[in-house]
Amino acid sequence: MSESKEHIAFQEKIDNDIKIEPKDWMPDEYRQMLIRQVSQHAHSEIVGMLPEGNWITRAPSLRRKVGLLAKVQDEAGHGLYLYSATESLGIDRIELIQQLHSGQSKYSNIFNYPTLTWADIGAIGWLVDGAAIMNQVSLQRTSYGPYSRAMVRICKEESFHQRQGYEIMTTLSNGTEKQKAMAQDATNRFWWPSLMMFGPSDKESIHSSKSLKWKIKRESNDELRQQFVDRAVPQGELIGMTFPDPDLKWNEDTGHYDFGEIDWEEFKNVINGNGPCNKERIRARIKADADGRWVRDAALAYAKNK
Amino acid sequence: MEDGCETQHWLMPRTNNIKNHKFMSEEATGDSQLPLWEVFIQSKPGLAHKHAGNVHATDGEMALQNARDVYGRRNEGISMWVVPANAITASSPEDQSSFFDPANDKVYRHPSFYELKDGVKFM
Ligand SMILES: [Fe+2]
Ligand SMILES: [Fe+2]
Repeated sequence: MSESKEHIAFQEKIDNDIKIEPKDWMPDEYRQMLIRQVSQHAHSEIVGMLPEGNWITRAPSLRRKVGLLAKVQDEAGHGLYLYSATESLGIDRIELIQQLHSGQSKYSNIFNYPTLTWADIGAIGWLVDGAAIMNQVSLQRTSYGPYSRAMVRICKEESFHQRQGYEIMTTLSNGTEKQKAMAQDATNRFWWPSLMMFGPSDKESIHSSKSLKWKIKRESNDELRQQFVDRAVPQGELIGMTFPDPDLKWNEDTGHYDFGEIDWEEFKNVINGNGPCNKERIRARIKADADGRWVRDAALAYAKNK
Repeated sequence: MEDGCETQHWLMPRTNNIKNHKFMSEEATGDSQLPLWEVFIQSKPGLAHKHAGNVHATDGEMALQNARDVYGRRNEGISMWVVPANAITASSPEDQSSFFDPANDKVYRHPSFYELKDGVKFM
């Protein structure tokens, strides 16, 4: 690519860690990569409310219920901050929603798995929010100003999400044999999908190198995944959880945990719409949008006639 | 909740792909994303209102309520403004240097431009 004067000035700003703001010049590819990434992130927050929302009415105590309710409400907020950031790149909210509903735009694979037991709510807070935090902390330093500001806000709110989940897991692991087994079963099912949340491995990832050069992402998928494993394993061991990976072990030489190969077939399969809940998730979103339509119409009519 | 999948174990492979839904444009459906409002929050008495983000709403009242729910869930402030986004006129980045230029070459606007006699105090 021949580097125009604008391109060079743009890269110089990025190299000097000067944030790019909505009205600044940016390469079209930078804009498109951001729209793709930030909208997928927004969709993930919104769709992510569904598996957890599934347990709000069945939370085992009032303490658990208010915590889960507040967490799910936070996720709605996160979705809105991120839609705002995406809109600042020149795309309408309504178009973003349509891209989600049509399947053109993806969301995090993890939310295509069901929440079968109460322990899944614990495992999601601990592992899924834990993985999300790892990614989001890194993205606070992303080069696009509105995305970075959304991440700072989100990170402030996330830490309670993970503690909320870990507390559920801790309680269950101190409970009856049945409760312990339930926590272990949730860990077993959510462990690999959580590792997949970081995306394809660096050697496969098609968007990675440009994304790092433009500082959209600040750390690679594999680096973040390793950090997550290094933190999660001792947390799990502390409450007596084991992980469904025979290759998982501490490596003295590297100072990190080694872990087994991810089943990328499953990953691709779920991304392509064949996960257990893909259909239900999208159907629920389309229904929510359609059911809210009369409210928007009525509010607009009221505002016009005022 | 119509979460049929929540009752099944997930290691069963499924073959049904999500059908591509057909969507119509906003003009055709008449649906709207609602107008955009910018949100400003004063975090403490004595501080200026600071931009927090934006919300979609039909009027100021709805914008304020949405802003409270989206940007004020944790005691972020004591006062909130919402402003229709299209009511804001902003300077543009291309004009940045010429627009702010007059400030740069007027050193006499700064105290360091003026010389003081040695020994003078409180000035
Ligand atoms: Fe979130
Ligand atoms: Fe969260």
